[in-house]
Formats: sequence, structure tokens, C-alpha cells
Amino acid sequence: MRLVDWPMRGLQRLLGERRMAYVFLLPNLVFFSLFVFLPLIINVVFSVTGGAALFPSERPYVGGGQYAYLFDCGSFVDPGSCREDHFWRGVANTLRFTVFQVVAMVLFSLVTAVVLNMRIRGRGFFRAVYFFPVLLSPVVVALIWKWILQRDGLLNAGLTALGGQKILFFIDPGWAMFWAVFVSIWAHMGFYTLILLAGLQAIPADLYEAAEMDATPRWRAFWRITLPLLWPNLIVVIVLALIRGVQTFDEVFVLTGGGPGTATLMVVQYIYETAFSNQVQNFGLAAAASVVLGIVLFGLTLAQLAASRRRSA
Amino acid sequence: MTMRAWVSALAVVTGLLAVDVAQAQTTVRMSWYSDGNEGEVVADLLKRFEAQNTDIKIVLDQVPYKAITENLPVQLASGQGPDIARVVDLGGIARYALDLRPYLKDAAYWDANFGPFLEWMRPQGDTNSIPGFMTQLTVTGPFVNKTLFEQAGIALPGAKATWEDWAKATKDVAAKVQAPFPIAMDRSGHRFFGLAISEGAKLFDAKGEPAVIDDGFKRAAQLVYDWHKSGVMAKELWGSVSGAAYRGANDEFKNAQVVMYMSGSWQIAQLDKTVGNAFDWVAVPTPCGPAGCTAMPGGAGLVAIKTTKNPAAVARVMEYLASEPVLSEFYSRSLFVPGHIGIAAKGLDYKDASPLAKASLKVFSDQVAGLSPVAYKLQGYANNRIIFNAVISRVGQAISGETTMDEAYKRVASDIEQQIAERNKK
Repeated sequence: MRLVDWPMRGLQRLLGERRMAYVFLLPNLVFFSLFVFLPLIINVVFSVTGGAALFPSERPYVGGGQYAYLFDCGSFVDPGSCREDHFWRGVANTLRFTVFQVVAMVLFSLVTAVVLNMRIRGRGFFRAVYFFPVLLSPVVVALIWKWILQRDGLLNAGLTALGGQKILFFIDPGWAMFWAVFVSIWAHMGFYTLILLAGLQAIPADLYEAAEMDATPRWRAFWRITLPLLWPNLIVVIVLALIRGVQTFDEVFVLTGGGPGTATLMVVQYIYETAFSNQVQNFGLAAAASVVLGIVLFGLTLAQLAASRRRSA
Repeated sequence: MTMRAWVSALAVVTGLLAVDVAQAQTTVRMSWYSDGNEGEVVADLLKRFEAQNTDIKIVLDQVPYKAITENLPVQLASGQGPDIARVVDLGGIARYALDLRPYLKDAAYWDANFGPFLEWMRPQGDTNSIPGFMTQLTVTGPFVNKTLFEQAGIALPGAKATWEDWAKATKDVAAKVQAPFPIAMDRSGHRFFGLAISEGAKLFDAKGEPAVIDDGFKRAAQLVYDWHKSGVMAKELWGSVSGAAYRGANDEFKNAQVVMYMSGSWQIAQLDKTVGNAFDWVAVPTPCGPAGCTAMPGGAGLVAIKTTKNPAAVARVMEYLASEPVLSEFYSRSLFVPGHIGIAAKGLDYKDASPLAKASLKVFSDQVAGLSPVAYKLQGYANNRIIFNAVISRVGQAISGETTMDEAYKRVASDIEQQIAERNKK
């Protein structure tokens, strides 16, 4: 212990107590700079270059050409009118997926957390069960559900055993999107439930006792006590679910491959395919699309943080 | 000197010698993907090479097909690739290939036996280099579940039957035996273009530039589209995923759900192993269109990579694998159509193949003579994967009901134009 103490004390004497904070922050800052900020800058540099070469020095400068190509649209609500229609189909799908997923995720997580906060039998067991899918890799989750949902999967076996017809879930665009949202909620709900459960347990019990003494109906107590006090946790859940929704890739990619057609193609899959899996690896276009995605995510986070600040002020 | 001292001295000398041998070893790294059992075969052959050449150690990285098509090009672009790789996108990888000619003991052997295929591996404008050799020559073509035809009491269409004849026959069989896939075609541009060229697609203009959308192409695309509408083809392959994703129907064929599976010669070893005695399957000649009955040639080449630090050692490994006795054994054990002129001329005895596999190999080998020059030209075109990918992506969208065929044609043309322009940007 003294071995560590000695240089630290020396440094503190040299820099003063306040500046010591920066000494502790420095190692992480170096790692962040190297593995986050530097790639970010390289990505922006790539987005203003073209060609198929990998090294920036070998790539011709094209200015805003990649962005102009991405935004070359007849109408932004009709992806088919855009020159790079796959990008806009990805944007539309990601928006749809995120809206449905966030609303449903928050709703289900909230209900589950409220129920698991009550004194019910087997509460510990249920908490573990709901959290268990969070521990699984997204690829494993998708493969499990694919096995259930495919033509000869478990669900269709059940349907036919009951005398029904097989449903081709991954062929119908509506079903494919529904299952993409469903599987995402199934896999991650436990995590958000846990955050909300922590928030619920932090609410002082005497508030509910006082409400009970005033003969306040339960729904009113929920509306007037639980929800306002849970709001900071709800904001965290909404922000995290939003960011996760916009970034969604692995589960949906393994589950549906972005299909049928491009019905479940997400923006991140578009970026991945443009950069790595297409024949001509178009790093410039993929970088431009990821800059656009980054700006959207940054904007969303700022908006949500502002909303949270206003509520807590 | 005591006995103990002698033993110690001997141990030190042995140790030093071992260190010396280890230090003198050159490591050659090879990336290899497999369709069937060829990974085991090549590992076995390389062990023999190492036993005879103790100065070279070969690290065989057996990777998935996707790693070869998606990750390897990025690795190579960054200069971090292996020394040798088994690749399918021969034109796309050509710029990273090493010219083995200066390192080979007998370059004339390579010219004589691999000559026609070397062009597929060379960068544009290069007529001399020797980048590697074909681990197999592939020919696209259909496999048919003969047992399902027999159960349905329907005769197999003859050798010169058209695609429409096969569509009708397979649909009738599927209806009788309750099979969900009358025809299953791999979601692959390579598979589609055998049909397209048979329907009259010319693909290139007079200057040799891609001109993909013509009447022949449209006829083929419309057939595939219509088959999806009428239930001859199920949407699970072409209509289920997006972009250029490959989808095969091996599992469905193995489970007797497919009447006719349009794939190719590389599947023989796998089908021989996985189908076993479950049912009788046969390879049949490629169905015909108004312009002929051509399949698409292709294959995987073993290519030396330019960034290697040990070109001489790489050349020795390649010379060993490409030598006639070793390559004969490789083709024979992996049930591949030879991509070596001498071996093909002599004929190959596939000793371990079942009668079904042997018969299929004969059917595919016979197809080689009937391949269209357009098919060869497309296979040799450096940007062919751009064409393949654009077609499956856009026709797939039309099949899934997202767009019209006319819109798909426009998008195919613009995708090809845009991607080739991007690749040529300097």
C-alpha cells in the first residue's frame, strides 16, 4: 500500500488536491482517445473520401459527395425515390422498429417491475426468469427464435398439431417486423425491468401508507406517487431503449437477414453491408451513413437529457 | 565423465538442435473454406508436405465461406492477409495476388495445365502472371430427388427439357407428394446466370462493358419472378433476406422437401454424405432456354498473396499442392471436377464415391463441353460479383413484393454502374 501511496502523495504535493482528479481521469481519457475519438475522426475523414482503397492516403477526396449521394431523394418519405434507397429503407425501418420497441418495452418493463415489486409468491424466481434472457448473446437469442419461428419450427409444429396451417413468419413483411420487435423486447426487457425495480424500491413506503390512510385509490397512488418518483428511472430506460433501438443490428440480422426484401433492414445493417459485405466495399458511403446515424443518436440523447433535467428541476 | 554428465550433454545438444530446426522453420499461413470434406483432405496432404519439408510449417486456418467473401478482402486491403488463400471471387482478389512465375521450378507445367483458368485470377491487362491454381472447377446445375418423382408416378423430363418443362414437372410432383419446394435455386447470382444466358442474356456490349439488362435477362428474371408467384419456387430463399445474402437449400433438399435443387457440382460430396440412403438423388443436365442449355462455370482457386514475406516457401507449397499426383488425390477424395487440363484429359477415378455421386460427377463433367462463351466471359470478368450481387438484391426485392420488376431492372443497372465507378475511383 505504501508503495502506491508514496508516488501519489508526491504528485498531490506537486499538483495540488484539485488537479489530482485529472491525474485519475487521464488513463481512461487516453484509452477513450485511442479507441473512441480517434476512430471517430478517421470515420469522418473516410466520409469525405471515395474509392475502394482502405488507407486514407490512397482514397480520393470527394468532399460532401457521399452525403449528397445519400440525400439525393425525390421525397424523403418514399425510400424508392432515393438514389440510395436501401439507406432510406433502413432509416424508415429503424424508426418504425424503435418507436414500437421503445413504447412496448417501457410499458412491459413497467408493468413487470410493478408486479415484481409486490409481495407475491416466488418473487425471486420470477425476477431471475425475466432477467435470464439478458445474459444470452443476441446471436443466441436470434437463433433460438429462428428455430421456433421457421417453416418447420416449433411454433408451426404446434399450429399444425392443432389443425392449423403453417405461417411463414419471415416471408410476410408485417410478421417479420413484429417478431423482430418481439424478440428484442423478450431479450432486453429484464434489464429495463431491473432499473425500474430499483427505482420502485427507492420510493419511501410511508408515502404509500399516507395515501392509504387518505383512502387514495391504488391507480391514483400509482399516478401521483409512483410515476413522478420513478420518472428519472423511466427517462434512463427510455433513453437506453431509444439508443439501443436505433443501433439494433445483430438480433434482427440473424433472425431475418434484413428481409423479406428490405422489410427489416436496419440502418446499422446497411452500414455493415455497404462497408464490408458488398462486393465493392464502399467505406466512404458507409462512413457518411454512420456519421448521420451518430448525429441522430447525439441529438436524441441531448433531447432526452434536456427533458430529464426539466423534470427534475 | 559420468553417465549423468553424458546424458545431460546429450540433452543439451538435442535441445540446441531442436531450437535450431525450429528457428529455421518458415511459417506459411493458409486461409481455407470448405463446401464438403476438402478441408480434411488438404490438411492431410499438408501434413505429408511438412514431413518431407521440415523447414516449412503450414498453419491452416479453416474459416467459413463468409470469412473468405467478406473479411478476407478487407484483410488483404490492409496488407494483413494470409500467405495463401482459397478464394471464389477470383477477379476481386486478383490485385492482391502474387505472381508465382519467378519462384516456380517449372512454370510451363502451370501454363499447360492451368492456362485457361489463370486468366480468371489475373488483374486486368495482365496476360502472364501465375497467381495460383483451381482447387476445383465447378459447374452449376440441378439435383433432382428421384424418389419423389417415383412416388408421384411422374417421369423425369429428358436431357433437352426446357426450364418450363421442369417447372411444370416439379410442381406436379410437389403437389402429389406434398413437398413445399418444387424448385429451389440458391440465392446466388452465379446460379441465376446459367438460366439467364440460356434465355439469351448477352451481358456485355461490343466494347466488353457490362450491359446486363437485355431481353434474355428479362426473360430469365421474369421466369424466376413468376415461379415465385405460382409456387414453383418458395420465397424462403430469394424472398426472405435482403441485399446480396447467399441462401442455399441444402437442408431442405436433405430433408426431401425439394424436388429439384439448382445448385452445383461442389455439393456432391456433401449430398453424398448427408443424404445417404434416405432417397435417390441424381444430377441432371442443365435445362434449356431459347439460347441454349448452358450452366455457369466457376470454382475456387488457391491463390498466393502478394504481401507474403516468404514467396519462395509459398511457391514450394503451391508447387506441391498443384503437382499432378497430389492434385489428383485431392480432386478424387473431395469429389471435385478437376481444374487441371492433364488430369481432366486422363480422367479421374473417384474411388470413394458412391454410385450416385459418381453418376452426378459424370453429368457435371459432361456439361463442361456445352458451356456458353458468354458464361465463360462472365466468370472471367473481374467485376462479376458486382453484377451477381446487384441482381439477387434487386430481383429479391421484387419477389418479396417491395418493388416492380421494371424498377428492379433500373436498379440493377444503376447499382452496377455506381459500384464499378466507385471501384475505379483513384
